[in-house]
Amino acid sequence: MKAVYLDHASATPVRKEVLEAMLPYFSEQFANPSNVYDLGSKVKEALEEARANVAGLIGANPAQIIFTSSGAEANNLAVKGVAFARQKKGKHIIVSAIEHHSVLNSARFLERLDFEATFLPVDQNGLVDPERLAKAIRPETILVSVMHANTEIGTIEPISELASICKEKDVAFHTDAVASVGNTPLDVNALNVDLLSLSGPSVGAPKGVGALYFNKKVRLMPLIHGGIQENGRRAGTENVPGIIGFGTAAALAKKELPDKIDHVRRLRDRLVKGILKNVGKVTYTGHPEKRLPGHASFCFEAIEGEALIFMLAQNGIYSNTGSACASKALKTSPVLVAIGLRADLAQGSTVFTIDAGNTEEEIDYVLEKLPPVVDRLRWLSPIWGKEIPEFETDACKH
Amino acid sequence: MKFIKHQDADESLDLVCRMCPMHLLEPGDKLKCMRKGQVLEVLTDYDGALEDIPDWCQKCGHEFIGMEEDDENYKFYIKKKRD
Repeated sequence: MKAVYLDHASATPVRKEVLEAMLPYFSEQFANPSNVYDLGSKVKEALEEARANVAGLIGANPAQIIFTSSGAEANNLAVKGVAFARQKKGKHIIVSAIEHHSVLNSARFLERLDFEATFLPVDQNGLVDPERLAKAIRPETILVSVMHANTEIGTIEPISELASICKEKDVAFHTDAVASVGNTPLDVNALNVDLLSLSGPSVGAPKGVGALYFNKKVRLMPLIHGGIQENGRRAGTENVPGIIGFGTAAALAKKELPDKIDHVRRLRDRLVKGILKNVGKVTYTGHPEKRLPGHASFCFEAIEGEALIFMLAQNGIYSNTGSACASKALKTSPVLVAIGLRADLAQGSTVFTIDAGNTEEEIDYVLEKLPPVVDRLRWLSPIWGKEIPEFETDACKH
Repeated sequence: MKFIKHQDADESLDLVCRMCPMHLLEPGDKLKCMRKGQVLEVLTDYDGALEDIPDWCQKCGHEFIGMEEDDENYKFYIKKKRD
């Protein structure tokens, strides 16, 4: 049985070139980059080269990059770091209702510390309305966080427009670009953002490394206090092999992005067209055009997404429900509730994320295997073909 | 401590929210890029700077001009005296 991996939003394989670049930093180049002697300074040089490559991927200056352990840590540092640093100005923050949990739960955590958080609704495609954001900003608002693209539904937000509104009102603007980096072009100057979160695995680097871009005009309270690493903004001896891997992967991603976009968009369109043609009662979620090029997300009526994921995996096809709430906690995804999907339909969420290594043949294999799997699950479903009354959703509130 | 008001500066460093030893490392780096006689302003909320920055200026041979305090931060002024 062949394996068709279409879950690149969850994890990507570490590229061969990336692994090769990393290997010396596990052994002969082991020194601590903070050391002043030559062994340390050589590692420091490599680390700074990696920083320049990561900065180059998003049009930033290397001095504006803080390496973190993950995209989630970058999001925590952005939201809490700005909130703590600006709390004398005000204690109100705004985040969209479809943010990653690392943003949503950071906002919830700040609420416990007497900050006030507004969770901004989105439309049926998952878009934040700029006018609605402008109305939600108050004199005491200090931070707005809206993700660049949503992992679950693929929608790309109008970030530069939202960021400009914030800039006019002296409100710091953060965007979580973990789903976007390596999948669509990002330029921090064109986007006009103050902070932007990245994840290494999004571009073929290993797990355990991420980064936060920050505009130097924005003050950030560190979350990890200690030494001088990352210029005192994130203490702890650096994950040198991970950072070297991130830098190498970022340089490759920058070079290959235009070709990758064309390739994955073509495959994505083939997959979407085939599913909508061959499977009935299915909703294509997210914005039809303003979305990540390799991202296809659906809700299949009368099916549990989790069951579909398992049965596809039995056929060697790897996809995702897109939501930890749905797959681990058996709750309804807050993203799908926020875009107004019926609770029963939201249960059938399945997300395919395509990367450069996928082929047309693989997409055709999915299109061959998926319809009978859906038919089988619907045959087993107690609600297939029945009128489903509206019912209270058990959407995850966190 | 020497308190001053309305001091002009050629360069400014914002070190608010950052702690020891960044309040000494970053001014050191910044002063390397400035000319003799130029004045550096250092903004910080780190209490340790009250003692450290005047001492550090003395050790490094720069002139500690004085400090200003507002509701939120300290502002230290350093004149570069040597390369």
